[in-house]
Amino acid sequence: MKKEQQLDLYYQMVLIRRLEERGAELYQQGKIGGFMHLYIGQEAVSTGLIAAREARDRVITAYRDHGVALNCGVSANEVIAELLGKTTGMSKGKGGSMHMADTSKNLWGGHAIVGGHLPIAAGLAIGDQYAGNDNVTICMFGEGATNIGYFHEALNIAKTWNLRVLWVCENNQYGMGTTVERASAVTDIRQKAEGYGMKNGQVDGMDVMKVYDAAQDALEFVRKNSQPFLLEIDTYRFRGHSMGDPERYRKQEEVKKWQENDPIGIFNKQLLEKKVATKKVLDEIEARVEEEIAKAVEFAEASPEPAMEELYTDIYAD
Amino acid sequence: MPKITMREAISQALMEEMDRDPTVFIMGEEVGVWGGTYAVTKGFYDKYGAMRVKDTPIAENAIIGGAIGAAMVGQRPVAELMTINFGFSAMDYIVNQAPKLHYMFGGQFTLPLVIRAVGGGGRQLGATHSQTPDAVFAHFPGLKVVSPGTPEDAKGLLKSAIRSNDPILFIEHATMYQVRGEVPEGEYTIPIGKSKVQRAGKDVTIVTYCKGLELSMKATEELSKEGIEVEVVDLRTLRPLDMEPVLESFKKTNRAVVVEEGWKSYGVGSEIVSRIYEEAFDYVDAPIIRVAQKEVPLPYNRTLEQAALPQVADITAAVKEVLK
Ligand SMILES: Cc1ncc(C[n+]2csc(CCOP(=O)(O)OP(=O)(O)O)c2C)c(N)n1
Repeated sequence: MKKEQQLDLYYQMVLIRRLEERGAELYQQGKIGGFMHLYIGQEAVSTGLIAAREARDRVITAYRDHGVALNCGVSANEVIAELLGKTTGMSKGKGGSMHMADTSKNLWGGHAIVGGHLPIAAGLAIGDQYAGNDNVTICMFGEGATNIGYFHEALNIAKTWNLRVLWVCENNQYGMGTTVERASAVTDIRQKAEGYGMKNGQVDGMDVMKVYDAAQDALEFVRKNSQPFLLEIDTYRFRGHSMGDPERYRKQEEVKKWQENDPIGIFNKQLLEKKVATKKVLDEIEARVEEEIAKAVEFAEASPEPAMEELYTDIYAD
Repeated sequence: MPKITMREAISQALMEEMDRDPTVFIMGEEVGVWGGTYAVTKGFYDKYGAMRVKDTPIAENAIIGGAIGAAMVGQRPVAELMTINFGFSAMDYIVNQAPKLHYMFGGQFTLPLVIRAVGGGGRQLGATHSQTPDAVFAHFPGLKVVSPGTPEDAKGLLKSAIRSNDPILFIEHATMYQVRGEVPEGEYTIPIGKSKVQRAGKDVTIVTYCKGLELSMKATEELSKEGIEVEVVDLRTLRPLDMEPVLESFKKTNRAVVVEEGWKSYGVGSEIVSRIYEEAFDYVDAPIIRVAQKEVPLPYNRTLEQAALPQVADITAAVKEVLK
């Protein structure tokens, strides 16, 4: 990968981290409401994954979606504006944290019914198959979502109908407070693809370059063969499931152990060791992000609240 | 009488019933180790263990379908839907299986099943997570639908629901767990399918339940200062619907407002108004007004969401309107 692109990936990961740290503060101040699920700790997953897509490849994900939105090219301004429920957010303040979509960036949401977006992802691929193009739909979901029927119905039709879907299971070890082995008959999530005769793979989600490579291979496989593929990406969320999670289900030592594997720290070290960048260059990126986030918060706070009429717009298209 | 929160009332009901009947057990997402997402079952896992406080995978069909099966062979499961919105993922079991199995097999199968579900808007959770679809569920004969508005009723009704041999959907409101109220000391139950006058008055009848009760009681305080005395009838159970106290009150006041949090069209209010017109038409002095949610999916933005939800001011205005 070119040096500029590597630095861009680093920038994206830091951008996600800082945006969410700021988001947590805004939440504490009561400026953000509802459920907010942070991606902190998982940044390498969507950063590496989405860097490998063509612009025409579609992305659809669950409610843990701020990072995915940024990786797809949505601006920090729009993400924070949506969090604050302002008209300048991508969903005009009607969707909030869990519902980030921007079709111009080929991001099809932000969906908060666990597993509910998997059949929809298959549907996006049905649409593309029908249109006769070779776009790939990248569908991200947590390992907890592999226990609901939606997952199984979607994988089955994807394989039966040769749909171009890259199924990406982000295994962050917990569905809320439930560990994989307490909820899933097989703990090796990728095995679930075997039941549908689907090719699959697994990769370390704390190393952005590994994720990128695995995603590239998987996307190529899907596009060339017109076959779905399931990629399990192992990761960990450093924060609670959502804001206000008492985290009674895990020990702080466990969290600390994973934090030693911070994906941003790992990548920072790699960039220095491989002499892709000097510390000064990386510090400059950090500073640029700080400034961008500060400006985005300013932008979002200064943006208008939706007008009362907005309540009645977009209910129907006709 | 001791004053406790709605959360404590529901928690006590569950614990008392689990203590008195070993066939009662709980299953649902995060009910155990986490202690319930609304902390209702906090401490249960340690007290009763994993067999009686079953943490399930995220699999609503398996939760409700599984609870139906266990109930058919004589256990008394209390299945929990983290929110009622996730009940749509298990709609077949809730409305197409549970309400039918007793009838369709000539009474052979009995389903002593309770489904606890958290509903309601007002927490900026967006359109798919904020609904009050009570009327949808109340549409189906064979299912009983209970939705209390006070801690006393919540405790007494939940205990009756657990002892009942029928499938019961027990709907709680996400913003009411901190609501405090007096509950009787010691053991008591409240019968399912009985409406109750929660406040006596002579000028107007408000018919409501659950969150609508909280809002309506606030409205009555304001109206009382202006000399308007409202009688509040709390349905408590949507199916079977007990119209007796409603009609009795209406025959006295001749004016009514129906308050619900769900959408107005095809809602609980529509049913109540029709029933009043059918059964007490001669007593009608003014058109009955329905206060309900605006006909939109709920938005995330706080101001818009609040504008879509029924407010105390909407109720006071409606009461004054029927008095004109
Ligand atoms: C159908 C449905 N059931 C339950 C929920 C509540 N819920 C939201 S997130 C979540 C855990 C999901 O875990 P996982 O899929 O592993 O994703 P993660 O949160 O770890 O990213 C649950 C149970 C929901 N949103 N939808």
